[in-house]
Amino acid sequence: MHRLRLQLGPALLAALVTALVVTPIFGLHLERAGMRTTLVPQWDYVLWACAIVFVWQLVRPAVRGVTRTWSLPSLPTVPERHRNGLILAMLLFAVSWPFFAGRNAVDIATLAMIYVMLGLGLNIVVGFAGLLDLGFVGFYAVGAYTYALLYHWAGWSFWEALPLSGAMSALFGFALGFPVLRLRGDYLAIVTLGFGEIIRLLLVNLTDWTGGPDGISSIPKPTVMGLPMTRSPLTEDGTTFHQFFGLEFNSMHMVIFLYLMALLLAVVTLLISNRLIRMPIGRAWEALREDEIACRSLGLNPMKIKLSAFTLGAMFAGFGGAFFAARQGIVNPESFTFIESALILAIVVLGGMGSQIGVIVAAILLTVLPELAREFSEYRMLIFGLVMILMMVWRPQGLLPMKRHHVQVPQAPSAKGDAA
Amino acid sequence: MSDLLPQLIQQLFNGLSLGAIYALIAIGYTMVYGIIGMINFAHGDIYMIGAYVGLVTLSAVGTQGSLPIWAVIGLMLVVAVIITGVYGLAVEQVAYKPLRNSPRLVALISAIGMSIFLQNWVALGQGARDMAVPSLLPGAINFHMGDNFEVFIPYARMLIIVVAVVLMVLLTLYIKHSRMGRASRACAQDMHMASMLGINTNRVISFTFVLGAILAAVGGVLIALAVGKLNPFIGFIAGIKAFTAAVLGGIGSIPGAMLGGVILGVAETFAAAYISSEYKDIVAFGLLVLILLFRPTGLLGKPEVEKV
Amino acid sequence: MSHILEVKDLSMRFGGLLAVDGVQLALKPKEIFAIIGPNGAGKTTVFNCISGFYKPTTGQIALESQSIAGLGSHSVAQRGVVRTFQNVRLFKRMTALENLLVAQHRRTSASVLGGLFNTKSYRQSERDAMDRALHWLDFMGLREFANREAGNLAYGHQRRLEIARCMITEPKVLMLDEPAAGLNPQEKKDLQGLIDRLRNEYGVAVLLIEHDMGLVMGVSERIMVMEHGKPIAEGTPEEVRNNERVIKAYLGEA
Repeated sequence: MHRLRLQLGPALLAALVTALVVTPIFGLHLERAGMRTTLVPQWDYVLWACAIVFVWQLVRPAVRGVTRTWSLPSLPTVPERHRNGLILAMLLFAVSWPFFAGRNAVDIATLAMIYVMLGLGLNIVVGFAGLLDLGFVGFYAVGAYTYALLYHWAGWSFWEALPLSGAMSALFGFALGFPVLRLRGDYLAIVTLGFGEIIRLLLVNLTDWTGGPDGISSIPKPTVMGLPMTRSPLTEDGTTFHQFFGLEFNSMHMVIFLYLMALLLAVVTLLISNRLIRMPIGRAWEALREDEIACRSLGLNPMKIKLSAFTLGAMFAGFGGAFFAARQGIVNPESFTFIESALILAIVVLGGMGSQIGVIVAAILLTVLPELAREFSEYRMLIFGLVMILMMVWRPQGLLPMKRHHVQVPQAPSAKGDAA
Repeated sequence: MSDLLPQLIQQLFNGLSLGAIYALIAIGYTMVYGIIGMINFAHGDIYMIGAYVGLVTLSAVGTQGSLPIWAVIGLMLVVAVIITGVYGLAVEQVAYKPLRNSPRLVALISAIGMSIFLQNWVALGQGARDMAVPSLLPGAINFHMGDNFEVFIPYARMLIIVVAVVLMVLLTLYIKHSRMGRASRACAQDMHMASMLGINTNRVISFTFVLGAILAAVGGVLIALAVGKLNPFIGFIAGIKAFTAAVLGGIGSIPGAMLGGVILGVAETFAAAYISSEYKDIVAFGLLVLILLFRPTGLLGKPEVEKV
Repeated sequence: MSHILEVKDLSMRFGGLLAVDGVQLALKPKEIFAIIGPNGAGKTTVFNCISGFYKPTTGQIALESQSIAGLGSHSVAQRGVVRTFQNVRLFKRMTALENLLVAQHRRTSASVLGGLFNTKSYRQSERDAMDRALHWLDFMGLREFANREAGNLAYGHQRRLEIARCMITEPKVLMLDEPAAGLNPQEKKDLQGLIDRLRNEYGVAVLLIEHDMGLVMGVSERIMVMEHGKPIAEGTPEEVRNNERVIKAYLGEA
């Protein structure tokens, strides 16, 4: 009881602060009535907010005592022999479930796969190499527009344009990274933010090249080895996928196909980033993240190492962008705002920087949850911001913090072990 | 030729009033960075909140008759300053204080989250679309000198420059002569030492945030009056530009922030007038990149040597 | 005889402070040379200038007659001048083995594609790197700690690992910044033997900063004494030990 009384002072203060903070934004609502603007008092909001804050401040110490004993689950370790079986099972599930699911679900899953890919790409930059990149969306945009432009200028199909999209984004990554990667943390973040915005502004304003604010439309979807999955052939003497295989056209097939392609790209991204972390370059990234000065003293060139991460990350963003363009059919600058960069960064950070599984889980959660909670869509961004703050305060290491893979040496001195 | 000079003066004036706003916001960035080494990503949104609180106050008081214009504006400023100061403090306590000893990226993410939260907080509360601000100071001074020389100085913009200059002078005096000012300077130089000398560093840090918020709030109210409209997202771009100004002047240096603000305001206005208004934002970002590449310590900052 | 490392007229100014003033140094191949002096004499600043972490205000620094003054720290290291740090800078969350693998970055396969497709040349390169790493772990007696995180090693082992990390880059000049700090007497004796061994078996020239007189006198062939940024004596251990100015500097007579 005494403890409650101690908390009374701070609780009252917090309630007062809440009143001051909530009143001008929610308590007094600005309403347009023709030419005049009036204030409509909505004191319930203020009262409720104060009450909640007041009660929370009272019970906070008690709650803290209880939650101290809780710990969030960490990824269970799966014994080696079961691991391959588990991966195979998950892959089989991932490939087969869309055939039994509804269109909407598969659509969302495709979006999730795109974000998995983007998250894994940014994970290389932020998680592995420790570089704060707030302009990742710029490379995403470059990849998307590259495919759009290649199609409109030269008629390239998706699969032809995909490598070039990645290459173009990688080139941008290299060019933009080169001058700025020697800046320290915070500054690098702001400069990359600036670059992302510059790219978006250029896309809006260079109308002759990029279609301006309206963007570029009529971008075709990927074909199945040259056979378009459309209702009727694209050219006089061409065939469609369905005609070729004697199947009846069903628009659901394209939805499933897109999902499978997205899944493929995500899996490839995962495999590549998985290899990279075990290679010398991956070790260099980690060492750089730990201690740049020590790296320099050993002859490692920090610029080269940072550039490699930055460029590779950009490349994956480019692949993602091209796929995004193919799926949406149109690209315009509106899709490539800073909020996208923040979202992808949130995926990496909330998942656990460096942890690939964490990033995958976070990407899926952050894509699927808003869809499930459709009624709250107004509050989506508000909750998003709040979650970011809370996660950093309560669990900065992420949902599934990275369990480092170490190069192992067998203990017996006589055996010469292979690198794992 | 005869048209050039009045045009130039006009743009210069516009640039100065814009620069004054950037300076007011930039001071907040530079003070916080100087004292705890973090970029307060949500600072621009604090400025936006100041603008909204001003508008709410204005609507509460009413624009008809009862109070003289100067009292209304004064009231807007006072209320905005108080409420926004509280916001600044609350933001610091909730999102930054727990992370004082965390790695930089963690604090930055939290700040980004806070920025997104504040934007959408206001968007939910007052609507995401543009909101009109009644014009309290319509009219302007018209300079005539002969047929072709005409410069148009709106009262509202003149107010910005006057208020900004007054505040900056007051701030400089305060930092120089007051106890809290001395404590702030000590903390900015060496936080550890300052705490060992008995300075309550937590209080100094909170004070810094509140002070920055106050200045930003004034900027928000004045720009809302001058421009005539606002929306929840004006803080984002203004914030980045003000940060650019702070870096240009030398991060951590208050006079630097003032100088940087003015330079950026003038540069952006001239770019909009003589190059293209669509690309003016690119000018600001481009300037940021160039400074960070070639003189990261800014105009008034001291070059740092990395201790090994 | 040509010197492997030559420093002439080195000075370093930080604003109003002249930390290093007119230092000369000529290091012969395979020589063990110590820089000693009271705290604040500028010894580590000299190290930082030579290793490229500071850009000297004036002076010439030449490695095998090639100028390295003003080169970035990683370039200097690539040329064969590596160093340890006063407070050990290991990659704490990487294992001892990984620390040694990373140090070989320049020599391991840089081909990204090779690594991605696990080509034969890539695998060979990885095996070689592993062999070299294991060799040095054995040399330093750290084999049993190969898989332990470097931050979890005993302090003495950390220091040895840091030296091994330097040696694995096959340097020409090994610079040790207070290698004996924090070691117990037995470890210091072992360190002395280690430095000797490294010089004899691998032919490195060693430049060290040290406060422990026993170690300095026991292992060095030549010593330079600094005070307030200036060199005040240079010679063999015998000469330096009996030098009046040196004695004054240490005993603090004004």
